[in-house]
Amino acid sequence: MSTTIHELAPAVGSLALSVLMAVAAGLIGSFAVMRRMVLAADPMSHIALPGIGIALMLRVNPLWGALALLLLGALLIWAVERRIRIATEAVIGVTFAVALAVGSIITTGEELIDALLGAPGLLTLHEAAFGMVGSLIVIVFVLHERNALVVRLVSPEIAMTSSVDVARLDLCFLLAFALTIGLGLRFLGVLLMGSLIIIPAAIARRFARSLGTMLTISVITAVAATAVGSYVALLVDRPSGPFIVMVAGGLFFLSLLRRRER
Amino acid sequence: MHALEVQDLAVRLGGTDVLGGVTFSLPRASCLAVIGPNGAGKTVLLRALIGALPHTGKITWARDAVLGYVPQKIDIERDLPLNGRDFLRAKAALTGGSRTMQAEALRSVGLADKVLSAPIGNMSGGQFQRLLIAFALLGRPNVLLLDEPAAGIDAPGQAQLNEVIHDLQHTRAMTVLLVSHDLSVVYRHADYVLCLGRQGACFGRPRAVLTPEMLYEVYGQPLGFHVHDHS
Repeated sequence: MSTTIHELAPAVGSLALSVLMAVAAGLIGSFAVMRRMVLAADPMSHIALPGIGIALMLRVNPLWGALALLLLGALLIWAVERRIRIATEAVIGVTFAVALAVGSIITTGEELIDALLGAPGLLTLHEAAFGMVGSLIVIVFVLHERNALVVRLVSPEIAMTSSVDVARLDLCFLLAFALTIGLGLRFLGVLLMGSLIIIPAAIARRFARSLGTMLTISVITAVAATAVGSYVALLVDRPSGPFIVMVAGGLFFLSLLRRRER
Repeated sequence: MHALEVQDLAVRLGGTDVLGGVTFSLPRASCLAVIGPNGAGKTVLLRALIGALPHTGKITWARDAVLGYVPQKIDIERDLPLNGRDFLRAKAALTGGSRTMQAEALRSVGLADKVLSAPIGNMSGGQFQRLLIAFALLGRPNVLLLDEPAAGIDAPGQAQLNEVIHDLQHTRAMTVLLVSHDLSVVYRHADYVLCLGRQGACFGRPRAVLTPEMLYEVYGQPLGFHVHDHS
């Protein structure tokens, strides 16, 4: 029987973990949205599915299976994109379709629903520790590499002449992106994690006119959606994932009411 | 000592030879103009020189070469939440540039500080082009590669920009590689000309290369370009 984080420090641990994950999602999402990877986030999260299936077959925590496949998927996408030089979205799209096909064969019934929508229940210590460390890695990566990411975003060639190793940066970005998806799988599931990365950043993009504002609005929205969604889920005693995404989606539609100044 | 030596450079993209047999060497602090009709491979040459394209042949930069690159055209989405300040600050952080260097780079290209608050996607073509040059200058480069830097800039702006580039070359002893369609600018400012044309590449001093016969060979049609020799 594994120890749960809730036995140790119930409210604080769980809240800190959710906030850290939301911050990571808001930050990585900002650059994903600016790099036009909006449509890639969802397919990318589905790559986790076969990993979950394999882990269940091997009786290992599904999280590790999902994470392994996500990182492998990121590596594959990076390698194929570099070799053939086609758009990231096309590669991710194909990889996703194959992953979903394989995943649906080896994962069945209730397990599949849990994987797709997030499994309710308490976190083990290992899962909580992974969540904390993983979130911190993503946060530190984005904040530390933000200048290189900005220049890469404007032009890879300019980045190359600005002391940026573009291939390495692209790989690290995809890995951080995959890791962020892995962080949220336990709560939000394969279907919904992509949305927590993309929606807050999409809202931020509507208002921001500078990088600082973009990152701030995105992070605040992701944290707010996670906090409010989790609270509502607690009140009605249901899994939090769908509520978090519903709050984020609601905020997005609210943001549409404000006409852009430009 | 040369800033750059290129030997038998060839680039093949998507199964097509876009550049072949390019050989030249460029002394330090000199200005090379790259000319040729559309599709001759001028941009491809610059991209190969900065290491962004796979190629055959040999490209040897001087050991201490620090490159600053200004690309031809970048499509920026209008709503991209990055302003000029974010962009310059990023370069300064990557290359260890100070605030003074930023101000100096902006002054060199004649860009007002207040323009930097605008998202880069909202800047006019000329403003963005100046920003790109200021960006390139920030890393204290000793080699500048400019791909049609005056494109999209108004006539007075173009003249000013050409002076800026000329000035940088002389005051900072910079080596400049410039893709340009303006042959009078090429004749006035360039020390060497590399033409990429239908018949392959040719390299030499402007006086030797910019002859009606040679230009006809490069462009495939007669050009109304006359050298005003006041010497």
